[in-house]
Amino acid sequence: MTETYNYKVVRQFAIMTVVWGIVGMLVGVIIAAQMAWPALNFDIPYLTFGRLRPLHTNAVIFAFGGCALFAGSYYIVQRTCHTRLISDGLAAFTFWGWQAIIVAAAVTLPLGITTSKEYAELEWPIDIAIAVVWVAYAVVFFGTIAKRRVKHIYVANWFFAAFIITIAVLHIVNNIELPVSLTKSYSVYAGVQDAMVQWWYGHNAVGFFLTAGFLGLMYYFIPKLAERPVYSYRLSIVHFWSLVFTYIWAGPHHLHYTALPNWAQSLGMVMSVILLAPSWGGMINGVMTLSGAWHKLRSDPVLRFIIVAVSFYGMSTFEGPMMSIKTVNALSHYTDWTIGHVHSGALGWVGFMSLGCIYYLLPRLYGREIYSLKLVELHFWTSTIGIVLYITAMWVAGVMQGLMWRAVNADGTLTYSFIESVAATHPFYIIRFLGGALYLAGTLVMGYNLWRTCSGNKPVVAEIPMPALAH
Amino acid sequence: MADFNSALWSIVIAAVTVVSILALLWFTWSQAAGRRPTAGQKVETMGHTWDGDLAEFNNPLPKWWLNLFYITLVWGLGYLIAYPGLGAFKGMLGWSAQNQYDAEVAKADATYGPLFDKYKAVPVEQLVNDQEALTVGKRLFATYCTQCHGSDAGGARGFPNLTDNDWLWGGTPETIEQTILNGRQGAMPAWVAVIGEDGVKNVASYVEHLAGRQVDAATVEAGQKVFSTTCIACHGPEGKGNALMGAPNLTDDVWLYGGSHERIAESITKGRNGHMPAHREFLGEAKVHLLSAYVYSFAKGNAPAQ
Repeated sequence: MTETYNYKVVRQFAIMTVVWGIVGMLVGVIIAAQMAWPALNFDIPYLTFGRLRPLHTNAVIFAFGGCALFAGSYYIVQRTCHTRLISDGLAAFTFWGWQAIIVAAAVTLPLGITTSKEYAELEWPIDIAIAVVWVAYAVVFFGTIAKRRVKHIYVANWFFAAFIITIAVLHIVNNIELPVSLTKSYSVYAGVQDAMVQWWYGHNAVGFFLTAGFLGLMYYFIPKLAERPVYSYRLSIVHFWSLVFTYIWAGPHHLHYTALPNWAQSLGMVMSVILLAPSWGGMINGVMTLSGAWHKLRSDPVLRFIIVAVSFYGMSTFEGPMMSIKTVNALSHYTDWTIGHVHSGALGWVGFMSLGCIYYLLPRLYGREIYSLKLVELHFWTSTIGIVLYITAMWVAGVMQGLMWRAVNADGTLTYSFIESVAATHPFYIIRFLGGALYLAGTLVMGYNLWRTCSGNKPVVAEIPMPALAH
Repeated sequence: MADFNSALWSIVIAAVTVVSILALLWFTWSQAAGRRPTAGQKVETMGHTWDGDLAEFNNPLPKWWLNLFYITLVWGLGYLIAYPGLGAFKGMLGWSAQNQYDAEVAKADATYGPLFDKYKAVPVEQLVNDQEALTVGKRLFATYCTQCHGSDAGGARGFPNLTDNDWLWGGTPETIEQTILNGRQGAMPAWVAVIGEDGVKNVASYVEHLAGRQVDAATVEAGQKVFSTTCIACHGPEGKGNALMGAPNLTDDVWLYGGSHERIAESITKGRNGHMPAHREFLGEAKVHLLSAYVYSFAKGNAPAQ
């Protein structure tokens, strides 16, 4: 009997990427509306901004982005190792375990059960479940790498490996906590040390979950769709090692001008600025891989999603080091500029990368062409306009807030009271809401398009081809 | 040094930092040097293939990218020499966040201090006619007072309305200034354990009666008995309050915590704790003096800001 790839778990994660994407973005649109029209929480505690906001971030990062990473990495590690996942049972466990964790998050966060650590809000029983599922994921991934049929490990898999190992370390260290009941625990760290550990975690969740993992996707899908070799193996080595080495230092830039000691702040800032070149190394390798195949952008809207994602990656990773500089941070910190920065990375880079990846995978997993390329085009433009509205609104709002907060009269008193800056931000909150709604609308179009593509079709069973002989 | 519990830690961290940055420099340099193809030479793939058609060219590192990397690395080392960042080494420039803050505050005090000091000697009664003083007062109010008292100074539940000329602690310029300088602690004890739930209901009805409402006569009589033993110490025999201890006048139908029967009963049952923070240290006497004038001006017909 010929050996086949395990497409089932890839299919499951790919479908749930779309489902959780729609859910997470919808919650985002709701809280964006609440920022513009606060009465929309209807005085119901479960719908207040403070509870829905972590639901939104957890849903889009760990449910939507996480499912895309599981789907992509399981697909890519099999295809580039020419072997089936090492264990179907463990792979299925990671799928059902991850979904159960997402559901637990969706129940506990609106109930107000939270550790209050940003992006690590889930309470200790769920933290333990995450650690268990993550270890299973590592076993499946590295076990599959170990039984590969090709000698060399493809570059995408280095990034997945770094992502899986580092997220395990970050998650476990940041969530060491003392339970006082089933639903409440306290961090073992205190004061500024707790803040430092939290932002070491927080920034590297960005660096490894949302960057290294998605670079892994990029290194597979761009050369596949462009039908061109990766631009530079050497560049991939240099930027991989410098990226994973430098990212881990950058967390303190979240704590500028706080109780964190001066030396730690400066060090975090220096490493954040040094991070620019390693980050751009990935962008160069992605974009240059396409050189010679630019015409494909006209005909292939899926490739366009991925290339625009890489462009937003380049932009965000320029903006990030810039914002980490103390003088810039003094203006940008605590303003909506930060929200704009995060969303150019989240909607542009992570979002478009995930969406492109799913557009690639699902038709292939069901052995069909995409139902409508026109609808992919529609999705692309709707969501792109959504991103542009979102981030420009937040940039303008953020810079305005920063300038208003520091403006002083001739007598040294503040020119604006805080509420005046809130009132001035209102129109931008409405624009942001519209941008987010457009992005969600695009994703709904995708959901429909993929439903028409896949429904009623038998999933593909793919035989494993013999690896090409090295020459 | 205070950030480290031993000199060894400081040295270890500084050494790890310097070695790390130098290692990045060396690593990048080692990958960049001497491997550029000559002009016109075709770039080869690495010779590995995955998943049918995946392969890799081995183009050299782009020059501009390398230079960008070098510049940031060298700049990083320079920054860590100039600013604190290498363990306990304070940096050549002697900068710290605390220094920067102290310098900015000193500069602001030197620039703006005289502007405020010139009002300090002017009595509040006079300042309320000085438009310039009131404008400064208004700006201070917008920054420091609106969070509790509202941008219209109209207050909120638990936070006094400053425009109704009804004063818990007295409305003279001196008492207003004392309130802002030293803060106030308004404490109404919880009475339910002493007078029982029926007692609370009856007294609440009596308080409504004091405020001029129509209430059942028998309840009022029962409530008055409790009031005369329990409440008069602070609120006085006629319920007109006592500004010396911040006890509210109960007869004027102005309510800090709500005037419905339920709210009044809640205040009696659970007690209340009102807290006005002290601003003497935070703002200094000159700014408080101007704020007092601004708040006092409401009673003199000056409309508060919106």
